[in-house]
Amino acid sequence: MRPTTPQAEKAPTTAAPGRHARREGFEDGALLTVEDVHVRFHTRNGVVHAVEGVSLELSEGEVLAVVGESGSGKTVFTRRVMGLIAGSRDTEVSGTVTFDGITLSELDAKGLSKVWGKEIALVLQDPMTSLNPVKRIGAQITETLILHQKLSKQDANARAIELLRSVGLSEPERRVRQYPHELSGGMRQRVTIAIALSCSPRLLLADEPTTALDVTVQAQILDLLGDLQSRLGMAMLLVTHDLRVVRSRSDRIAVMYAGRIVETAPTKDLFDSPRMPYTEALMNAVPPITGPNHVRLAVIPGRPPDLLAPPKGCRFSPRCPYAQDRCLTEEPPLRDAADLPDGSAVEHSYRCWYPVGTPENAEARRVNVERGETAAGTPVTGEMVPA
Amino acid sequence: MAEMTISTPPTTAAPPGETPGKAPRGGRRKAAVRRVRRRLVHLLIVLIAVTFLSFVVIDLLPGDAAVVVAGDNATPAQVAQVRTDLGLDRPMLVRYVDWLGGVVTGDLGRSFRTGQPVTEALAQRIPVTFELTIIAQVLALLIAVPLAIYSAYRPGRFVDRTSMTLGFGAAAMPQFVFGMVLIVLFAGGLTSILPATGYTSFFTDPLGNLRTIILPCLTLMIAEAAVYRQLLRSDMISTLQEDYILMARSKGLGPRTILLRHALRPSSFSLITLSGVNIGRLLGGTVIVETLFAIPGLGQMIVQAVFNRDYMLLQGGLLFVAVAYVVINMIIDLLYLVLDPRVRRDA
Repeated sequence: MRPTTPQAEKAPTTAAPGRHARREGFEDGALLTVEDVHVRFHTRNGVVHAVEGVSLELSEGEVLAVVGESGSGKTVFTRRVMGLIAGSRDTEVSGTVTFDGITLSELDAKGLSKVWGKEIALVLQDPMTSLNPVKRIGAQITETLILHQKLSKQDANARAIELLRSVGLSEPERRVRQYPHELSGGMRQRVTIAIALSCSPRLLLADEPTTALDVTVQAQILDLLGDLQSRLGMAMLLVTHDLRVVRSRSDRIAVMYAGRIVETAPTKDLFDSPRMPYTEALMNAVPPITGPNHVRLAVIPGRPPDLLAPPKGCRFSPRCPYAQDRCLTEEPPLRDAADLPDGSAVEHSYRCWYPVGTPENAEARRVNVERGETAAGTPVTGEMVPA
Repeated sequence: MAEMTISTPPTTAAPPGETPGKAPRGGRRKAAVRRVRRRLVHLLIVLIAVTFLSFVVIDLLPGDAAVVVAGDNATPAQVAQVRTDLGLDRPMLVRYVDWLGGVVTGDLGRSFRTGQPVTEALAQRIPVTFELTIIAQVLALLIAVPLAIYSAYRPGRFVDRTSMTLGFGAAAMPQFVFGMVLIVLFAGGLTSILPATGYTSFFTDPLGNLRTIILPCLTLMIAEAAVYRQLLRSDMISTLQEDYILMARSKGLGPRTILLRHALRPSSFSLITLSGVNIGRLLGGTVIVETLFAIPGLGQMIVQAVFNRDYMLLQGGLLFVAVAYVVINMIIDLLYLVLDPRVRRDA
């Protein structure tokens, strides 16, 4: 056995960032453009509007975090971006997804399979279920290499060992002969990352890559992802429900709620001055490390909305401590924070009639505390609303 | 059963000069030995239970082998003489122990009726039934597996609906009705391209053998194919919902690779189990088909032995059926080791 290195000693690819040649006629700008994407599922109980008019852009080498509670549509959104969810008898999709000048949303299965695994790769949440239990680790890595890079079986196997080493797995020569059940959760997620990165994709979609892992392993995997991302210069869409995860690991954040983007901003701006009450509530739900012990944790009252019958007006209004009458009837558009009195942030937009940090918001809070409940009837106490 | 080899799963080539494969291989062999040993104990218990039970049942049945053997016009004294000759005057337990002793030395006794050694009768009958069973199983799987895979790939579409309707129709029809339909169609009714009854040994006339077993095999196969299709289809559909299939799709693999290389193996466990149970069952139970097509198989022999109170022959037949059943299930058990690497560790 060769001596093993616990951390990556060699990037999975020998190429440097920015090595990808720009496509002919491709204008400088976003690598991925998502415009007005909708996904509706027709179920027996009605239509579930899982993703509703989401638009965003991702530049080459950029890390965009998509944050939201479970059921906010972030997983469906990710899969639609990739094209894994397509229109069918009970699935309705619309909007366009453009990747590197190619309109993914217009490609058929054959066209998509040329992009998948090669240009765009996916890492799923649970490595216990995302690896085939009856196939050896090696075979699961080499199949993409043989398919997309036309490597011979021997070369692909050598490359698989190299890839496993680069994601920090010890004894890669032995691992390729093993089955997934012989590895721990963290090791398996390293394997799925090695698979995703095997063909040096330009975009990685990571759907809650650490949610199913032990807390101690989570940071390691996230650091590994960040490390590989910057080394390969690939763009990454990091989907998570955990704001802590993305604070130091993303360039930009998009907060999703009930199938919509409710706030998007550069990471620092979002943490410095969240505008959407939902973002604020998410931040308050994270216990401060430096705070005193045994303090009641702030929770967001109520449940995520039923996507079969989403609330009228602002989707967050039934749970929002600032909700006024207008919030119940009129849905706020995505507005630019630069228009706010103190707003200087670039590319910061939000959906709210009473954005956090404005006099309107302070007034709404005062009104609600005074009457003891919001316009939607949610009880409000001084404790629940941060001063 | 000897020609049924256990194939190793497709593996990637190991890098030259390295032997990382040693450990899992050894583990598999050890697990296999453990399983075989456990099954052998199982086999012994099953054999004793089956043969003893049939001894008891035969003994309790009204009717007397001696009367049958002595013939209709025999005097009571003749019957008593025959009874003594056959050893039937001894207590049941003594006869059973005596028979068991014979089994250990490979002597299964002689048929009361014909005097033929039971081992010889079995040697004539077993290959016939075995041929029917195996060919019917292979045909059923050859038809069911591709249909199931395609139906799971496109559920609710034409292939799925059509094969489901036809399958249910076939499975709902009693075996002998289907057999008679085949006879009407091919053997004397509308056309006479195939013989309706009889059996030709493969070794005397391979083509004639084929012609005589086609209709019986089709009759045996049709209901099984329908069940196999249904079973594999639904297992496959649930496998296709798995995350690792989504992962395989996201790698850009084509539907062929995903269905055959990723989804088929993890979907096939119940199919293999059922197929094993069916082979075991058919080896002793193709009576209806053997009777309908006048095929001298094991099932026919056992039924005749029951009517004739030919309990030596019956015991021999039942012994084989029980052994075959346990051995086939043992093979299935070993097949799991090949199909599912997770089984190798536990157990």
